[in-house]
Amino acid sequence: MRYFTRKVTLFLGTLWAAVTLNFAIPRLMPGSPVQLTLARLAASGQVVTDATRRAIEIQLGLPHTSILSQYFQYLINTAELHFGMTYSLQDESVKQAIAAAAPWTLVLVGTTTVIAFIVGTLLGVVAGWRRQSRMDSMVTVSSTFFSAFPPFWFGLLLLYFLGFQYHLFPLTGGYSPGATPHLSLSFIADASYHSVLPATTLVITSLAGWVLGMRNNMINTLGEDYVVFAEANGLKSRTIALLYVARNALLPNVTSFGLVLGAVIGGSVLVESIFGYPGVGSLLLQAVNNRDYPLMQAIFLMITVSMLVTIFLVDLLYGVLDPRVRQ
Amino acid sequence: MSIDNAEHAPASLPGTRRQSGAPAIPGSLIFFGRSVATLWGNKKARFGMAILAFFLVVAIFAPLLSPHSPTASNFPPYRNPDARNWFGTTGNGQDVFSQMVYGTRVSMLVGFGSGLLATVIALAIGLVAGFRPGIVDDVLSFTTNLALVLPGLPLMIVLAAYLRSNSVWMILLVIGFTGWATGARVMRSQATTLRTRDFVLAATLSGEKLFRIVFREILPNMVSLAAASFFGAATAAVIAAASLEFLGLGNPNTVSWGSILYWAENDNALLTGQWILVFIPGLAIALLALSFILINFGIDALSNPRLRER
Repeated sequence: MRYFTRKVTLFLGTLWAAVTLNFAIPRLMPGSPVQLTLARLAASGQVVTDATRRAIEIQLGLPHTSILSQYFQYLINTAELHFGMTYSLQDESVKQAIAAAAPWTLVLVGTTTVIAFIVGTLLGVVAGWRRQSRMDSMVTVSSTFFSAFPPFWFGLLLLYFLGFQYHLFPLTGGYSPGATPHLSLSFIADASYHSVLPATTLVITSLAGWVLGMRNNMINTLGEDYVVFAEANGLKSRTIALLYVARNALLPNVTSFGLVLGAVIGGSVLVESIFGYPGVGSLLLQAVNNRDYPLMQAIFLMITVSMLVTIFLVDLLYGVLDPRVRQ
Repeated sequence: MSIDNAEHAPASLPGTRRQSGAPAIPGSLIFFGRSVATLWGNKKARFGMAILAFFLVVAIFAPLLSPHSPTASNFPPYRNPDARNWFGTTGNGQDVFSQMVYGTRVSMLVGFGSGLLATVIALAIGLVAGFRPGIVDDVLSFTTNLALVLPGLPLMIVLAAYLRSNSVWMILLVIGFTGWATGARVMRSQATTLRTRDFVLAATLSGEKLFRIVFREILPNMVSLAAASFFGAATAAVIAAASLEFLGLGNPNTVSWGSILYWAENDNALLTGQWILVFIPGLAIALLALSFILINFGIDALSNPRLRER
């Protein structure tokens, strides 16, 4: 029980710190963020309406209030999910814009993370078990090489060869032009078809973390005394590797979940932008390019919070899976 | 250098210097040379060091190696590779081969600069946290864990969007200040273990000051960790810098691998069949990142005997 209380406390602390950081970043930057933003907007030729000014002030601080009252107002707004209006998208609140984009990214990132975890762990098990074999060097070398690829580069090449040259997959978008997102079999099939290339890119560029981590854990676990004991008892090498070693080697790999998830989310920002995928990553870049600071802040907060929640849930699961950490 | 052997380093280092007599070669230089020689024995690390050496030479001798000016637009635009423009020309009619050669400098600068910055921050935080158990350690560990779970690229994008100074140095600083957490966590746990070792106790009892203990006794034992952390951070930095430049958050007029990609995407190079404009810079980024990763494998193999190649 103490494990769970500690994890919950830590999670709440981290959550608070992340929310506060999101408040602090624009205010730590040189110059008054509100004036700077308004000046930049005016310089870029956009019309600064009263709504725009209010939206910026809600996110970046009202000019004549103390930093403390700004902070409390920010906390209240965040808790109530009041992020103001975007000014790069017409007549949409920040909340609506994010709500429209979030499911796309959730599905894409969720699916690719699960696929990469399963495939990568299996490859890592085989590579660690058959260490120094041709299979091992093939898996290790190729995943090392793939992890060095910039994620967007791999996506661009897939796009060129499979999309542009051979017309196997659509070039851009999350669904066919003209279709409206709704829950029907034909739309889901269309959306899945559009997401094959982005998903492949993300799986391949995030696979390496799982493979190499699992391989290291396998090698470390294979050196344990109980493995020698099992060998002495005459158990088959495959039985030892799969039933004894892999099970124990899997647990430490779960802890690297947070890191891999961060890589997938970062990758998805890039991948969404090159494939024109209608998710949170594309929205973030759109916000950055249009200097839509309220939207940008809210998206960053949303990405951070969802990452924290996922890591927290994995941590809880880890406590269930491995009773030792609970002590 | 394995961690266990390294324990003897503080005692033997002054000795070697005395033996060599004159202070002609500083101890740190001997140490560096010996580390490189040890790493060279590892097959993967050797390969990585060869790639890195290649890029270093290209970066240093860029003016000699590039046949044309990287910025002058005196060629027909959108040319495919031929004898004069080995990698073709950009939409502005610049020679891409020369841009690649000069771009090596930027990638090396950001890789090494951000890697170094991240490592220095990681060392400082790791050492202080490891040596000040209690509230200081708690606060620093919490900060480290927070930095570890913040989504890296989105954070960099947000910071870069606010800073908007556009220069290579801005990208270098942003990446360095966001990439130290992994290293700091490893160094903290190493410092925590080292603090309770006998040789540190001996140094404390013989009346050495904390400052001296940290820099003369502990730091030499953290060298392999610091090197691993440096190359890890440098790998991430090279890829992150290219990503930020590709997204247009750097200065598109700086000649770098990322900005070649940015312009290729902006000029729709893929749709005009100029895939080489995307392929070549991406490959160069992947190779440079790969060289850092391979060197790191070598360092890992040396400091973790279980992973050592036979």
